[in-house]
Amino acid sequence: MRELDYVRASDVEEAVALVSGDPDARYLGGGTNLVDHLKLGIARPARLVDVGRLGLDGVEEQDGPDGRVLHVGANVRNSDLAAHPVVRSAFPVLSRALLSGASGQLRHQASTGGNLLQRTRCVYFQDVTTPCNKREPGSGCSAVGGYGRQDAVLGASEHCVATHPSDMAVAMAALDAVVVVRGRQGERRVPVRELHRLPGDRPDLDTTLEHGDLVTGVELPFTDAARCSTYLKVRDRASYAFALVSVAAALELDGDVVRDVRIAWGGVAHKPWRATAAEEALTGRAVDEDAVRAAVDAELAAARTTDQTAYKLPMLRGATTRTLLRLAGKDPS
Amino acid sequence: MGEGVRRAASGYGVRMDTTIELTVDGHRRQLTVDTRTTLLDALRERLAVTSPKKGCDHGQCGSCTVLLDGRRHLTCLALAVAFDGSEVVTAEGLAADDALHHVQEAFLEHDGYQCGYCTPGQVCSAVGVLDEAKQGHPSHVTEDLEADVELTDDEIRERMSGNLCRCGAYPGILAAVKEAAGA
Repeated sequence: MRELDYVRASDVEEAVALVSGDPDARYLGGGTNLVDHLKLGIARPARLVDVGRLGLDGVEEQDGPDGRVLHVGANVRNSDLAAHPVVRSAFPVLSRALLSGASGQLRHQASTGGNLLQRTRCVYFQDVTTPCNKREPGSGCSAVGGYGRQDAVLGASEHCVATHPSDMAVAMAALDAVVVVRGRQGERRVPVRELHRLPGDRPDLDTTLEHGDLVTGVELPFTDAARCSTYLKVRDRASYAFALVSVAAALELDGDVVRDVRIAWGGVAHKPWRATAAEEALTGRAVDEDAVRAAVDAELAAARTTDQTAYKLPMLRGATTRTLLRLAGKDPS
Repeated sequence: MGEGVRRAASGYGVRMDTTIELTVDGHRRQLTVDTRTTLLDALRERLAVTSPKKGCDHGQCGSCTVLLDGRRHLTCLALAVAFDGSEVVTAEGLAADDALHHVQEAFLEHDGYQCGYCTPGQVCSAVGVLDEAKQGHPSHVTEDLEADVELTDDEIRERMSGNLCRCGAYPGILAAVKEAAGA
């Protein structure tokens, strides 16, 4: 590990000034991803600015510009957010997603902001002995033509096929969460769906943030659909594994007919994938197996698979159908 | 390498070595660490507190688990400097004088180990699990997110999933945690 300077920031302004003025500086939150990458030689900052004790650890109902929101501080730990009574009742998809991620120990350590900003990655990104365009731009992609069972099936490029591993971010994409960011120009709000980016020809960039931008919180809009929401994660082990595919869904019905539906997928792309084509196909229709499968197929028209990832498409059809039928109160057949 | 050289090399004029204070198993300990030192290495190599074990050193196995400021926490993915002022309780510190903690007793009673390497981490994690359940925290397998938590076999398996045992003593570990939970 490279020599490393450590500074504990005393407030948000100081933290932003320290990192934005120094290309070799990085924020340190819970450290579960960054410390691992320091050890592996993937991240090589010269200075860490610890933002773990800046406060930013409250969960509060607030009036936002577009209605009532639950404001979650960036330092709220994943375990505390999952167990928060308002999250459990008004945003169950978020509790479920958080609880399906990592382990009990890691959830105590990982922060809300850090979970969002963990690296999009594949096994080759983690292995510094192999070429990787994300780790070392221009060096090539070892995953294309290599081991690729976890790879993206939507929105990938010839330069990168890695998937974003967060469960929490998938739930937040379905909830239309808004990320509160403090940068050199002051505070701004970024819809979580615009926080992460597709790889294109710059897979080294996971997000649309500028260097020095600090996530200070996340706002979750209260909606009827959010109240009727859940998360289904499909993985190789029953616990403590990344998703092969996952489904975050929220549903508001008007009688039998869909008034509002949000569907986001994990494990399929470089970012949490909001399935807007599927949502449009379902809105105004009754939720039944044929309708959901047709909606999923509308979304998957753009999918590109290999022999190793082809299994993800039927898995998404099954998982999404099961999730929506359950939310609609119909037992999946 | 002297302090002056380090300052020049880092270009920040800030030291690489930092003095921190930890309370470890009830004892206040002060030590100077290189900023890159993990909490696990600080405990084991600097303070000779060896009950947290180094397994994978990448947050995958759970053998380095301690109770950090009252909650179960990995020490391998933690830089010691970030935990200045924290309280660490290791498996060793759970025992009061010569009396074992009731979770430790339960592991003995039910053979919750074979080689014993993962055991200190398993025990600390189990203490954390019992506390989280008491606070009503749900898990991935909890049917009703808003109901009281009952530590069934499935709940214990899920909540202990961050602690691997290569000897495969899981049935004994499960029985031990279940007994300690009073189930």
